[in-house]
Amino acid sequence: MEAFIDDWGLTAALFLPLVGAVIMMFVRKEDEAAHKQIALLTSVAVLAALVAVAAVFNYNDAGRLQSVIDKEWIPVIDSRYHIGVDGISLPLLLLTGLIVPLVIIYSWNHFPEPRNPKAFLILILILQTGMVGTFVAQDLILFFVFFEVVLLPMYFMIGVWGGENRMYAAIKFFLFTAFGSAFMLVAFLALYFLSSDPVTGAHTFQIPDLPDAATGLASGTAWLIFGGMFLGFGIKVPMFPFHTWLPDAHTQAPTQGSVILAAVMLKLGTYGFMRIPIPILPDAARDWAPIIAVLAVIGIIYGALGCLAQTDMKRLIAFSSVAHMGYTMLGISTLTSFGFNAALMGMVAHGLITGMLFFVAGSIKERFHTLEIKRLGGLLLQAPRLGWILAFCSMASLGLPGLAGFWGEFPAILAAYQPAEGLPVELFRVCMVVAAIGTVFAAGYLLWLLQRTAFGTPKEEWEGHHFHDVETPEWLAWTPLIIGIVALGIYPNFVFDITDGGVQSVLTAFSGG
Amino acid sequence: MSSLLQHVWILPALMGLSFLTILFFGKKLPYKGAEIGIFSVGVCLLLALGSGVAWIDRSNNPPEEHGATATAEHAGEEGAAEEEHAEEEGAATDEEGAAGEEGEHAAEEGGEEEHAVPPVLTEKTWFSSGGVDFTVGTFVDGLSVMMLIVVSIISLLVHIYSTDYVGGDRRYTHYFAFLSLFTASMLMLVMSRSTVQFITAWELVGLCSFALIGHWWEEKPNSDAALKAFLTNRVGDVGLLVGMIILFFAAGSFDIPAINEAAATGEIRHFLLLVASCCLLAAVMSKSGQFVLHTWLPDAMAGPTPVSALIHAATMVVAGIFMVARFYGVFWEGFSIGTAHVNPLAVVGAVTLLFGGLLAFVQSDIKKVLAYSTVSQLGYMAMALGVGAWTAAVFHLFTHAFFKAGLFLGSGSVAHSVHSFDMKQDMGGMKRFMPKTFATFVVCSVALAGVPPLAGFWSKDEILAGASGSGGLSGYPVMLWMGIVGGGLTAAYMTRCIYLTFFGEPRGKAADPHHAPHESGPRIVVPLYILAGLAIVAGFANFPFGPESIKLRFEHYVEPVAGYFPEISHPTFTLWIAVASTGLALVPIGLAYLYYWQGRFHGLTERVGLARAGHTLLVNKYYLDHLYTGVIANGTKGPVARATYWFNQNVLDGIVNGTATVAVAVANWTYRYIDQGVVDGTINGSGAASNGIGQALRQFQTGRVQQYGALLFGGAVVLAGIFVFAI
Repeated sequence: MEAFIDDWGLTAALFLPLVGAVIMMFVRKEDEAAHKQIALLTSVAVLAALVAVAAVFNYNDAGRLQSVIDKEWIPVIDSRYHIGVDGISLPLLLLTGLIVPLVIIYSWNHFPEPRNPKAFLILILILQTGMVGTFVAQDLILFFVFFEVVLLPMYFMIGVWGGENRMYAAIKFFLFTAFGSAFMLVAFLALYFLSSDPVTGAHTFQIPDLPDAATGLASGTAWLIFGGMFLGFGIKVPMFPFHTWLPDAHTQAPTQGSVILAAVMLKLGTYGFMRIPIPILPDAARDWAPIIAVLAVIGIIYGALGCLAQTDMKRLIAFSSVAHMGYTMLGISTLTSFGFNAALMGMVAHGLITGMLFFVAGSIKERFHTLEIKRLGGLLLQAPRLGWILAFCSMASLGLPGLAGFWGEFPAILAAYQPAEGLPVELFRVCMVVAAIGTVFAAGYLLWLLQRTAFGTPKEEWEGHHFHDVETPEWLAWTPLIIGIVALGIYPNFVFDITDGGVQSVLTAFSGG
Repeated sequence: MSSLLQHVWILPALMGLSFLTILFFGKKLPYKGAEIGIFSVGVCLLLALGSGVAWIDRSNNPPEEHGATATAEHAGEEGAAEEEHAEEEGAATDEEGAAGEEGEHAAEEGGEEEHAVPPVLTEKTWFSSGGVDFTVGTFVDGLSVMMLIVVSIISLLVHIYSTDYVGGDRRYTHYFAFLSLFTASMLMLVMSRSTVQFITAWELVGLCSFALIGHWWEEKPNSDAALKAFLTNRVGDVGLLVGMIILFFAAGSFDIPAINEAAATGEIRHFLLLVASCCLLAAVMSKSGQFVLHTWLPDAMAGPTPVSALIHAATMVVAGIFMVARFYGVFWEGFSIGTAHVNPLAVVGAVTLLFGGLLAFVQSDIKKVLAYSTVSQLGYMAMALGVGAWTAAVFHLFTHAFFKAGLFLGSGSVAHSVHSFDMKQDMGGMKRFMPKTFATFVVCSVALAGVPPLAGFWSKDEILAGASGSGGLSGYPVMLWMGIVGGGLTAAYMTRCIYLTFFGEPRGKAADPHHAPHESGPRIVVPLYILAGLAIVAGFANFPFGPESIKLRFEHYVEPVAGYFPEISHPTFTLWIAVASTGLALVPIGLAYLYYWQGRFHGLTERVGLARAGHTLLVNKYYLDHLYTGVIANGTKGPVARATYWFNQNVLDGIVNGTATVAVAVANWTYRYIDQGVVDGTINGSGAASNGIGQALRQFQTGRVQQYGALLFGGAVVLAGIFVFAI
């Protein structure tokens, strides 16, 4: 059984969503119940497959790629179907596996207009294949394909089911990301052609082989290649100043789209940094790290200020992602295992917390038909449970110790005190202080949001309206996330235990910290 | 009994459990959850007293062999306890060796002294990251045991008091749940062994403070006050985080005794300690209401009065003082406290005690008087720590908790009866209606004013003696005089407060014939009696005279004698200071008596320009709130945030949209002149399809980016769209 899971678990998780999508194509559009059931069943099966992979995963050897499948795929361009999982990708895979079924459960009675559950759910499943694929791919071309596969379904989700300005947001999202991807693809190809195996002299797209193969690169070339990937991943994260697609995409996307976007898709960028350019081009990484660190802390403060200026709740939450991903990127930029662990924790925590915040925002929108902060207020009186959940998520998001968010933030700040050898210590310490000041801003915008929406008494316009409190599909979708936020907050080792070995193996080229 | 010291984690765990039980089942219980809270705190108090006895026993008979000095125990911490798997046990066993060694070390250090009493340490690995173990554990010495007892006593009394005071409140259950969570966090804070654990508990008490200040969040002033408290504390927390990070890298450990020891033995560079101390001082200033970060504390009085007594007078606000006491090795070296240098801590404390006391004079809200009084008394404690009088500071913390909690609960008792906190508008003559409350209030006030032989006298006197350097330090004369003058202020503003509340004729709501004020019920009065009793006797815990068995017991049991604690000197009782401070307590009482009862010197602010200016300055609270709320907070969320967002929308997004527009223009130009003009001109054969595209393209002249995007991806999008919707 273990061997079977080892061989087929990842592939199953990767392609089951497509199988589900194909089956759904043959079911009539009007048969909504069947579509919901097939989609949910598929995503639960994916989760089960991923849990099975996690169950056979050897945690004492988390730095090694496991459940590896390495088969010939497109020999003419030397690309292979090479997948595997290690301590870095496993938490993110499980996060993906968890979020998608919850989104589908939430959708049960929250389908956005124009109502078309069939198309909507098929897109979600295709999206899942793309996300899982990105996290397991060990071949640059395969990685690139999955990285791009997520774009189209999300484009449609925003463009078809989005808010008033959906077309602009969808195109901006697509173009911005595609723009970065173009540079990334060029960088991948350059890496392929310019690097060669020191023994055989062959070119390779295999991520595990590339660190050795790329040792011979000239430093200027490596710097440029890193720069190309920096654009590709930095836009996806998104890092300041490439973040402007995000508030529009998030605000316009339907709730489900926002949740997936925030919870998983942003992590494709940060994960990409940890998986590809940093281990493969360590010297260039050292040159780029200070730039990344500075942009990261600018993002923290800038995102927070952006939040304070918002009048729309969803847009505020979107801007908070810019700030939160700043902490993650700060952790990554230290090039220490400590910082990488913090970044992974931050990614998982942000996925759970911001995912929840978007869910709550969606539910508020559904009840009040507006997210304009001015018109809200007194949510704790109108729908007490929803209000308390919002308060809980705000606390988690501002990094309260005892909840998940803190373990992404604090260790990242801590790591910046002592970055890897060869990095400018003074600069990183300044970044540390700025990042610490960012926590004040985070508390500021989240509590201010809470005060304006949840506290106080309802505005006059809602007099006589009755609002139903949290409903069953919402409870089903949210409870696992809330439990996750608390569990990781009390016992962060659930994540650190998995990631610790993984990050050490990608950071062998760096010492110190 | 001694095993109790290794299992003190039971106390916060019990309160944590109580929190969850009340939260989930409280509403279904006959007393709406209050019974769970009271029962749990009661058990905690018993356990705390038990550990007090155990600690006294340990101090009297310090363990000899090092095996028993420090034991690494599987003291599970809430959730972590459930996650004990093999690896962790391994880690914990490893720790046993390390902790044992440490204890040995401590024992050696202390061996030179007369009675070294090593602390009881337990530890287990919480999580590991990047080769660093984050540990949790308990660190029990006299200081923590004393804090456990104080927190449990005040918390229990406040719980009982609250059943009457907030009885019938719509969020009664929720209120008790947060009281439990607060007590759990506070108990955890005082027994924290690692800095990470300390930070966690520190933030959690802040959360409870936020939730309870904003308990009646329907009214905006309350939620404003809650936000102000949380955000001001967050400012200080920046210092806390940075300071703890510096200490971690300097000492290579999160272990508080190890950090202190490394600091005390000179293993850490002085400069690093100085920076760390300054950072931590910011956290002390926000949490313990030190000038200039004290402004949240008076506003925090928007919360229910019992909460003010528990959190904003007796326990949470002393967390900053406790931190300095806990990390005294760090502060001692960092601020060079032992060398009679004027240091930031002493200055901040001295300034706070004077400025806070002055503000108490212009308040008409009885709770605000007490709040500024708390600020002032916290200033005493900070100053005492700054001048090296560790025991005096901690002793003042101990006595202050009782009489200040008594005063707050007393003010609540009055307000419960007249439904107002405004002394000038709605009180007066309350002595007649509430004799019991009056008696306890006066006792606590006298204790606060420092009149012998009540509690406040002994602890304040010790602080002043410490500042004068009678115990061997060369002394801080400025601090001494500021402290003496501050004592005079205390006596005067408390006299004013008592006059306005209890004497004269009833005014406003107190004079309402339909609702004559009445004495409060037993659940309110009994806690008042207990606290007043403690305000009388607590001072004798550190009585400076008499035979060995009663002399300076507090100092003997609470002050650590171990390697992690610097060798501090001890002030001795000095008669002239005692006389001067008593005199300076009694004279202002006399002056205030003349002013209020006899009506002398009235109109001072009208006649004297300087007094008027001073009065205006005080009424405006030194304009600090104008600076913080008006300039900093509103500036940030107003112009600064708006400017940033403008930059985002117009500059950054402008570049994005501009690029797109230029790309469209280029495409358009290329199409029209190159493709259609040159290429097509030669090839000559554009079909209907390209005509359609051309028409679409011409619309780009209008500059709509949507259309441009729609075109670029038109092909793919239209086809895929048809695909999706056709199926």
